[in-house]
Amino acid sequence: MTVAMEKPETSGEAQQSVPPPPVAPVRRISRAMVVGAILVVWLLLFAVLRGRQTLSLAAADLTDLHRWLNDVNDSIGADRNSNPLFLYFFNEIRLVIDNLVTFVQDLISQPSGDRPVPQIGWLGVVGLAGYVSWAVANWRVALLAVAGFTFLGLQGLWQESMDTLSLTLSAVLVALLFAIPLGVWAGLSERVNRIVTPFLDFMQTMPTMVYLAPLTLFFLIGGASATIATVIYAAPPALRITAHAIRSVPPTTVEAAESMGATRRQSLLKVLLPMSRRTVVMGVNQTIMAALAMVTIAALIDAPGLGKTVVQALQSLDVGTAFNAGLAIVVMAIVLDRVTTAASERAEAARRSGNPLLKWRRHLLVAGGAVAAVLVYLSHTYLWAAEFPGDGGTGSTIAKAADNVTTWAQDHLSGLTNGFRDVITNGLLNPFQTLLTDSPWWLVGAALVGIAVVLGGWRAGITTAVCVGLLVATGVWSDGMTTLASTVVATVLVMLLGMVFGVWMGRSALVDRLVRPTLDAAQVMPPFVYLVPFLALFGATRFTAIVAAIVYAAPVAIKIIADGVRTVPAATVEAATSSGCNTWQIITKVQLPMARSALTLATNQGLIYVLSMVVVGGLVGAGALGYDVVAGFSQGQLYGKGLAAGLAIVLLGVMFDRITQAAARRTSN
Amino acid sequence: MARHWRAGAAGLAVLGLTLTACGGAKVGDSSEAGGSGSSGKCGTFNLAVNPWVGYEADAAVVAYVAEHDLKCKVTKKDLKEEIAWQGFGTGEVDAVLENWGHDDLKKKYITQQKTAVAAGSTGNKGIIGWYVPPWLAKAHPDIKNWKNLNKYAAKFKTSESGGKGQLLDGDPSYVTNDEALVKNLKLDFKVVYAGSETALIQAYRNAEKNKQWVIGYFYEPQWFLSEVPLVKVDLPAYKTGCDADPAKVACDYPVYDLDKIVSAKFAKSGSPAYDLVKKFNWTNDDQNTVAKYIAVDKMTPEAAAKKWVDANRGKVDAWIK
Repeated sequence: MTVAMEKPETSGEAQQSVPPPPVAPVRRISRAMVVGAILVVWLLLFAVLRGRQTLSLAAADLTDLHRWLNDVNDSIGADRNSNPLFLYFFNEIRLVIDNLVTFVQDLISQPSGDRPVPQIGWLGVVGLAGYVSWAVANWRVALLAVAGFTFLGLQGLWQESMDTLSLTLSAVLVALLFAIPLGVWAGLSERVNRIVTPFLDFMQTMPTMVYLAPLTLFFLIGGASATIATVIYAAPPALRITAHAIRSVPPTTVEAAESMGATRRQSLLKVLLPMSRRTVVMGVNQTIMAALAMVTIAALIDAPGLGKTVVQALQSLDVGTAFNAGLAIVVMAIVLDRVTTAASERAEAARRSGNPLLKWRRHLLVAGGAVAAVLVYLSHTYLWAAEFPGDGGTGSTIAKAADNVTTWAQDHLSGLTNGFRDVITNGLLNPFQTLLTDSPWWLVGAALVGIAVVLGGWRAGITTAVCVGLLVATGVWSDGMTTLASTVVATVLVMLLGMVFGVWMGRSALVDRLVRPTLDAAQVMPPFVYLVPFLALFGATRFTAIVAAIVYAAPVAIKIIADGVRTVPAATVEAATSSGCNTWQIITKVQLPMARSALTLATNQGLIYVLSMVVVGGLVGAGALGYDVVAGFSQGQLYGKGLAAGLAIVLLGVMFDRITQAAARRTSN
Repeated sequence: MARHWRAGAAGLAVLGLTLTACGGAKVGDSSEAGGSGSSGKCGTFNLAVNPWVGYEADAAVVAYVAEHDLKCKVTKKDLKEEIAWQGFGTGEVDAVLENWGHDDLKKKYITQQKTAVAAGSTGNKGIIGWYVPPWLAKAHPDIKNWKNLNKYAAKFKTSESGGKGQLLDGDPSYVTNDEALVKNLKLDFKVVYAGSETALIQAYRNAEKNKQWVIGYFYEPQWFLSEVPLVKVDLPAYKTGCDADPAKVACDYPVYDLDKIVSAKFAKSGSPAYDLVKKFNWTNDDQNTVAKYIAVDKMTPEAAAKKWVDANRGKVDAWIK
């Protein structure tokens, strides 16, 4: 379900999929007709059976499953001081991770021992960041790192940023410790891969708020729980991408090594790992990004850092302060992203380049290391180098500007936005939601299974049937259907945006370069930051949640579609141009059809990303599953229901993923 | 290679010496650094901070007094109620300063697990109810009586309320009977969950600014009331026991006597911080003042607490005697 992993596969598939079109259209039309027929039957039956067997459940009502989950939770909490599992297992894990986090914090963010400042002050951190970036990548990203880190200080958020950085670093370290070996194993063995994949899906789609409360039960409040929560969410990308990297090493290379007498171990260490290094570093990159995305959620269990600033500012609706802290997270993400990306490219470049360059580099590295060491020493010894100078004036300027922009937008746009909201809600969302929630559950289930079979084949149909069954068992079917309606509407809008901007970016490198940073920022900016302005513009409604989901999910779809459009061979486009096609015809008749598998992948990722925003949507009036999860996190007696709602979100995710993936495979073959 | 190491080391030494010469204040030089390490007999005081500004005001003042008058080392922990109470048992939370009813948590942690004990009232009166924006109460004064709500139901319709009037509820951790109330009072309304306090406040803020029809759940003491003085709608008066059966509630919310909960261990510890928590007592106005400093005037909690403590020394002295 991770973009970075899927992309290389499909761009390959896109190229392979060029020849077959002659047969495909006929089959596609017939498939569309079957889907249409299913929908017509559904509508007819809906008209007759409306309002029966809808399995609706009021906000405070519970099922037996929910109560049972409550009891389990309570009994764990009650005997956590006597249970040996706690004393000898969870407590040990907690101790190790707590020590790791405290160690990193002492180093760069928190006063340690009897020192009023951490061991390494801002000058040392900036120096180290620059030096390490230069050593693993190049001087350009080193400059970016230095500038970025200095900017964090100028924002007046030095300590918060370092707290966030220490938590991120600890979590990434722990995640990689497990993910890389497991990833290698999964890459070598298809069976292991098949076993771990569902777990990874689960870890990535289960809303964090669901396991935040139990985590504090197991690992107490504070750094350790926050780190473990982050690890659960952030480890899967590294694991998947490592496995993918190992699998994509050409088998002939491995065979060649083995025929030359290399043992399994040797071919792993000398051939497989070095050859997949570049991709593995991309996995590390994805893990870092995922860890940063957890910063605000982890703040809900007292994780220190920028997330806390965002959450606290939200309480008094202080958009400016929240934006300032959100911007710091974006800056840190961009620095870490560019450095790791450049590092993965350097690994490649270094392998190809000759020795002489390497020799010079070594000298420079030693000299640079010396400078960095001096900076660290200074920041350890002198206050001026330890505490960031100045009063963070840049931060308050940014906050004020953000405030002014939001106020302006709220005052001038709300008439427009309310109109737009009502059109979408009444025209699209409400009818669709009524169809899903007011039809009998078995009718909706049958329709979903039918569509899955037509689009994705029998296996997808079976998966869907199982998911529908489990959804009913969770007891939150009706809420699930409400969420499903919003999710589908959000995904349709995401795809519209994706096609417009994706095609535009795919056709013009300049547009791509201009738009891409905005997309990056939209993905990393914590949603909590833009909730307040959106609430002002759209009110506490389902539509606000849809807009928030679009901001998060559209960038992924846009990037994938842009990629797909770009891989359409230039020769094909030229041929179409010379035969007299205008731009519109080229886009609709050539580029989009040929990028079809990219479109399917974009739909898949768009849906999954939209689903991951369901809980955030619950905070701004979307109700349904998102609200259930938030409520379960807030109230003991709703804990079980929140957990069930979390499971329902996972089930929806698995269902979508399997259908769209199967559909993608069918369209590209 | 060895030569380079030597050159590097020499360069490092020279650079280091030069920089040392033009140095500045060294870490540990200042006398203050030594002082902040010793914390007197109080030790560490773990204070939970639940996520609303009124609570933040309580915590700011208690923390300020504990730090400056009792020389405690105060660790504030930002947590939701449920998780804060969980922390009593594990020794990670010593005190919760503003408990709103939460009989379920009291039963679980005070009666059953015995990890927490009640530490008396904060002096704050918690009022929960249905509120409308001031412009609406002024334009239609009779809306303050619940019996007239159905007359106006159509005006409260939104895209979310399915043809009925919308009654907006907030954060799921709120104590609420609203769904039962709507049903039992036979009101033509639907409860819509905004999902967070932020969403609720923003809805009222918009409503007052743009003269929109909004009715919803709200509570006092709350800093937002100093920005927009919402008007409470009268529901059938509360009588003891009228809310005994959650499904049959047809009366207003009781006035909550907000109280403090501490961990059982902390209560027995003899820490002066415990005495402070036990004696801490102030009015809704006091809390609103500090909350306003934090939320509206954007002061840090420390600065807000200092301002209030300096102006109210008498009250504070009574807590620490």
